[in-house]
Amino acid sequence: MNANTSAIERRKHPGLTSRQREEIIAYLLISPWIIGFLMFTLGPMVASLGLSFFETNLFSSRFVGLKNYATLISLDETKSLFWKSLYNTAYYAVLSIPLTIGAGFLIALLLNQNIRGQSAYRVLYYLPAVIPNVAASMIWLYLFQPEFGIVNWLLSLFHIEGIRWLLDPKTAKLVLVIMSVWGAGGNMLVFLAGLQGIPTELYEAATIDGAGRWRRFTHVTLPMISPTLFFVLVTSIISSFQVFSNAYVMTGGGPANSTLMYVLHLYLVAFRQYRMGYASALAWVFFVILLLFTLLVFKSSRAWVYYETEIGGGR
Amino acid sequence: MVAIHAALEAIYRSKRWNVRLQNFVVHAVLLIGAVIVLFPIVWMLSTSLKPPTQVKKFPPVWIPNPIMWENYIRAFTIFPVPFWTFVRNSLFMSLSNVVASVMSNTIVAFAFARLRFRGSQVLFLVVLSTMMLPAQVTMIPLFILFSKLGWVNTYKPLIVPQFFANPYFIFLMRQFYTTIPKELDDAARIDGCGVMGLFFRIMLPLARPAIGILAIFEFTGTWNWFLEPLIYLSKMETFPLALALSYLRATYRVLWSELMVVSFVSMLPPVILFFIAQKAYIQGIVITGVEK
Repeated sequence: MNANTSAIERRKHPGLTSRQREEIIAYLLISPWIIGFLMFTLGPMVASLGLSFFETNLFSSRFVGLKNYATLISLDETKSLFWKSLYNTAYYAVLSIPLTIGAGFLIALLLNQNIRGQSAYRVLYYLPAVIPNVAASMIWLYLFQPEFGIVNWLLSLFHIEGIRWLLDPKTAKLVLVIMSVWGAGGNMLVFLAGLQGIPTELYEAATIDGAGRWRRFTHVTLPMISPTLFFVLVTSIISSFQVFSNAYVMTGGGPANSTLMYVLHLYLVAFRQYRMGYASALAWVFFVILLLFTLLVFKSSRAWVYYETEIGGGR
Repeated sequence: MVAIHAALEAIYRSKRWNVRLQNFVVHAVLLIGAVIVLFPIVWMLSTSLKPPTQVKKFPPVWIPNPIMWENYIRAFTIFPVPFWTFVRNSLFMSLSNVVASVMSNTIVAFAFARLRFRGSQVLFLVVLSTMMLPAQVTMIPLFILFSKLGWVNTYKPLIVPQFFANPYFIFLMRQFYTTIPKELDDAARIDGCGVMGLFFRIMLPLARPAIGILAIFEFTGTWNWFLEPLIYLSKMETFPLALALSYLRATYRVLWSELMVVSFVSMLPPVILFFIAQKAYIQGIVITGVEK
């Protein structure tokens, strides 16, 4: 800071240096976030933990200690659908994450070759990501109708018949997975941005060193894209675990709870059965599971994510 | 014979031929993909215009005959409240959140990007870590709090929190501010600009592209929002379009044409906005690396 101005400032506000003034203003400016964080994030998180030790219904609540958690981990499905919903969500995530990342990365690689119509393709592929999930769910619901859906008509051309899709517990989750792949354009944009950030000199240098196509891909593209991949992986884990509206609208969790996703289960317990205490326990377990997964990915990232600064060659 | 063979081999080996073949394959794959992506949307439009007898035809009817424009009128009048109500509610909620979000996030992010204060790094780390926090953890106590305040069946629980900034948008704005050269700050301060002058006269005008991105993301995000509106809004007069659509599905499970009409109408604003502002979308994703 310029010495002159701070002298003027000091005259205007005796007792406070310009540095202190700036600090006070800074705190005032971020105060909306601080208040919001305390009121809408930290406070409710603590409250939710506290609530998870209570048994509540519409009219009363009483302290039950760890009972909610004990009920939750019960393997008896008439008591707890925790494992069922966790299994469904994990099943969905395990299929959906690699498929959406793979499809997004593949399209980005194809689009990154300076081909004609790149921007048109980019818009087309991203389109599903801006369509409201509820509206998209209606479309896919219609496409996958067993009696007159167009998917079954297409399959019937190959003599595959009688798949009941959303009406069959074995295939219902697959419809949600397929629908998620349709939205892979979101990942595509992120990957494309990452690919376009790779300096062309690296490819040129690799070519001079005699690297072919495949080696350029494994030795330049993959390491350089790994931070993007890491980021997409983390956000994909979180968003796929939070899948809700498609299941709510398309199946309501059925048939036989086969599409009862974790958040849908949580919603039904809290806002249909009004068991707020038990739902809070579900919410906290959910939070811890997601946290563990995220930390696991962060830990593993050291082994497979390449950061330029590590070798001292940072830009 | 040998000559032809050699000539063919030469063509095959020539780089140009290779490049052409490769281009052809790439385009073919991309085109097939584009058809798969677009098909559900086209199919929705077609279904929205089909007469009832063709909706459940197997094999499917591709082009509706006759084209039933009446389906649109029927879908708009099927609800107990005028259809316009839902559009108005969605618009009101989305635009309010855009205003709230722009006001709060531009200021908070400015402080994080440009001002020096004790604990700024720790606090920013908190911002970043809450980006990953699933909303479900805070949902239940917030519902209890807002219902005690009598805010159920109003838009307050859906709008008021947006006035208190959001980690994702703080990050977006901060990233943008840091690309503005610091020399501008120094020059402004030498000219006697205070902190607020620096914000309003220098940073805010320069950050207009980022504010545009923020506004678009917030609008689309709120328009497509489902879980929280579902929790807080139970009276039909208060429904945004997404809830109206979900109601239609729950009440008349098989009115496919009408469902497709409402689906189509509900996706129009975000889709049109996306077409108009593609560049801003893409830039926003480049800045944050996140899609919303």
